Formats: sequence, structure tokens, C-alpha cells
Amino acid sequence: MIIGLYNYWVVVVLMMIGFYIVIAHGNLIKKIVGLSIFQTSVFIFYISMAKVDGGTAPILAEGITQYSNPLPHVLILTAIVVGIATTALGLALAVRIKEAYGTIEEAEIQEKDNLDC
Amino acid sequence: MAFLVATAIAIVRMKDLFSVIMLLGIYSLLSACFFVAMDAVDVAFTEAAVGAGISTLLMLVAITMTGREENPSRHKPVLALVVVIITGSLLIYGTLDMPYFGLAGDPVHLHVAPRYINDSMQEIGVPNIVTSVLASYRAFDTFGEVVVIFTAGMGVLALLSVVRLPKDIAKDISNIDSLNKCMHEEHLILRIVAKMLIPFILLFALYVQFHGDYGPGGGFQAGVIFAAAIILYTMLFGMSTARRVINQSFIQLLAAVGVLLYGSVGVVSLLEGKNFLDYSALSADPVAGQHLGILLIELGVGITVTAVMVIIFFNFAGRSNDQQNKESNES
Repeated sequence: MIIGLYNYWVVVVLMMIGFYIVIAHGNLIKKIVGLSIFQTSVFIFYISMAKVDGGTAPILAEGITQYSNPLPHVLILTAIVVGIATTALGLALAVRIKEAYGTIEEAEIQEKDNLDC
Repeated sequence: MAFLVATAIAIVRMKDLFSVIMLLGIYSLLSACFFVAMDAVDVAFTEAAVGAGISTLLMLVAITMTGREENPSRHKPVLALVVVIITGSLLIYGTLDMPYFGLAGDPVHLHVAPRYINDSMQEIGVPNIVTSVLASYRAFDTFGEVVVIFTAGMGVLALLSVVRLPKDIAKDISNIDSLNKCMHEEHLILRIVAKMLIPFILLFALYVQFHGDYGPGGGFQAGVIFAAAIILYTMLFGMSTARRVINQSFIQLLAAVGVLLYGSVGVVSLLEGKNFLDYSALSADPVAGQHLGILLIELGVGITVTAVMVIIFFNFAGRSNDQQNKESNES
């Protein structure tokens, strides 16, 4: 019971840590870090599902009958690269916000916006 | 796994963004190790190259521009904690219905996977199932992913691109001359070691690119490794030298060429009267057609990923360079 679901629980814990960073921290870079923790926990979830006991990596070879499931691997492989591309976009936005507002703290940005109105 | 959680908690506690980012690199490396333990070699390869390499770098460049201290004030941590705990416990309640980890009879393993595992050798003729699924069975999805990466690259370009005046370029050239002079004094060991390493990194990237059919590897990983070599060069020899080696508009052209190469393989198979991205149209022998198709689209993926990563890094680094120049001019 405990061993059987341990991986999924770790995934949930990691996901919640990422989620906590995203909602509780005001710094935009820290929020992006939180998002990437969240993202990695989803990767771990998919890869855990793909694992088959006694299986090997899904590269066909003679004398092996049990392989782990290749489909989640494909999905996550592309997701990682797309993830870095979107993270870079987020960082670019943060840099532009810093240039426009002089800060990347959410609360200070809000204050400046309120002053402008 | 416990290490992963410990690192993640440390990330929450840290105020200094520099150490946060270093910890994030460690976290990525740990998860790459975990992926190897889970038999997902291709994924681990990608995560190690992307997570521990490129993303750490990009974040570091970003904090040089935004400052490394985090403001200690948080909005309503208790409320956030309550929300997080409720969501977490609901999710854990959800996992109680999940089948146990690692059983061969799980629903996940019963639908399409057996077909891929049993038939892909006859149909595609490529030992690495991950490659054959990525590049052939689900080529349409992968095409979408490549377009997303391309779009993200364009987005960064639109947000951060710097207009370079001829005056700046002239200044760059004089910079390079002075750089060449001091090159033999500053970071001498680093530069020489890097000069020796870079050809091997590039060679390794090519190996990963073309060996993806037989072992772990493929366009995505090769693209990232190739970009890492170029970025290493840029870091050690400076932006202006790198700009002279790799032309900006050329690399932008390459990003588009990669996507178009991928798409045109699909269009060719359409013109032959088959489905979009059905490679058996490419050659009289279906298996040879599959080989050719996979080779071409992996090349397209590799070119796009390399070009986009380099574009992203150049724009970040160029921006921070310009900022520093402006500050030194003002003072």
C-alpha cells in the first residue's frame, strides 16, 4: 500500500510546493521557479505511470520481452523542451516588466498601477 | 525522491534568488536521475540537458537584469497554505484509486502501448520505440510541439530584441580587438579547455542527432546540446565575438527552415496521395521511407530547437549587455 502509491504522493507533495510558491510569493522570478517545480512534478507523474516492474528502457533488443511504456516518455520528452521555451518567454516578460516598472515584486507593481490611475 | 522534496522545500525557504536557481538546477538533475531509474532514458537525457543546463543559465541571465534579492513580504501565507493543503489532500485522496505503481496490468499499459512495442519493428524498422512513436506514429503532435517552440522563440525575439545600430557594431569590432589582447590573460585555462571541448560537444550533438534511431537521443536532445556548445562559446568569448561567428538573421532563418523542413515532409507525402506525414510515400519500400522520413523530421526538429535556444540566449544576454553599457555611460 505505502510502496504502491509512494511515487504518486511525492508527486502531489512536489506539486503543492510549486503551487504554494506560485500563490504565496510576490517575486515574479520566484513564481516562474515555482511553476517549473510544478511542471517537473507532472513529468514525474507521467514517467512513474510508464514504469513496469522488471521492464527495461523501450529500445528493442533481443532477449528482452518486458519494456516500459514508451508513450508517456514521448509526451514528456517534447513537454520538457516546450517547457523551457515557455519558461524563457516568461522570463522575457519578467525582464520587460522590470524595465517598465523598475521592480518585479507583485505588490509594488500593483501600487504603481494604482498611482497611475 | 526524498531528495527532490528536500530540495523543493529549500527553494521555498530561500530568499536569495541566485541560490534558488542553483537549487533548481540540482532539482532538475535529481529528477533526471529519477527518470533513469524509471527506465525513461530519452526523457532523462532531455531533462539533464534542458533543466540542469539551459534553463539554469537563462534564469541566471534573467536575474542579472532583475536583481537577485527577493522581497520578504508575502501575501497571506496562511491562507495560501490552507488552499494548498486542501488541494493536496484532495489529490492524495484521488491517488487512492490509482492502480499500484509498476504493475504490468495497469490500464495505461493496455491500450496503444502493446501495439507500439510489438509492431513498431516491422512497421518502422527503428529499435528505439520512443523515436518511432515520436517521429512517426505521433508525428503530427510533434509537429505541433515544434511550432510551439518556434513561436516561443519568436515571442522572446519580439519582447527583447535590440535594434543594433551600425555605430554599435563598429564599437563591437574595437571591443573584439581589445578582447583578443586581454584574452591571453583573463580566464586563460577556461578558454583553452573550452576551445578543446567545444568541437567534441558539437560532434556529440551530431552523434545524438543521427543515432536517435538506435539509442537514446534525437532531434530535441541534439538541438539542446548543440545550442549549449554555442552558448558556452558565447559566455567565454563575449557576445560580440559570437555575433560575428553566428549571424543573427541567419540563425533566425534557420529556426524557420527547421519548421518548414518538417512541414514540407508532410506536404510531400500529401502530394504523393498519402496522409500528412505518412513516410511510406517517400520511397518505394515503406520501411526505407520511414527511415528517410524520421531522419528528415528529426533534422528539422534539431535545427529549430538549436536555433530557438540560441536566439533566446542571445536576446537575453544582449539585453543585459546593453543595460550594463547604458549604466556605465550614465555614471
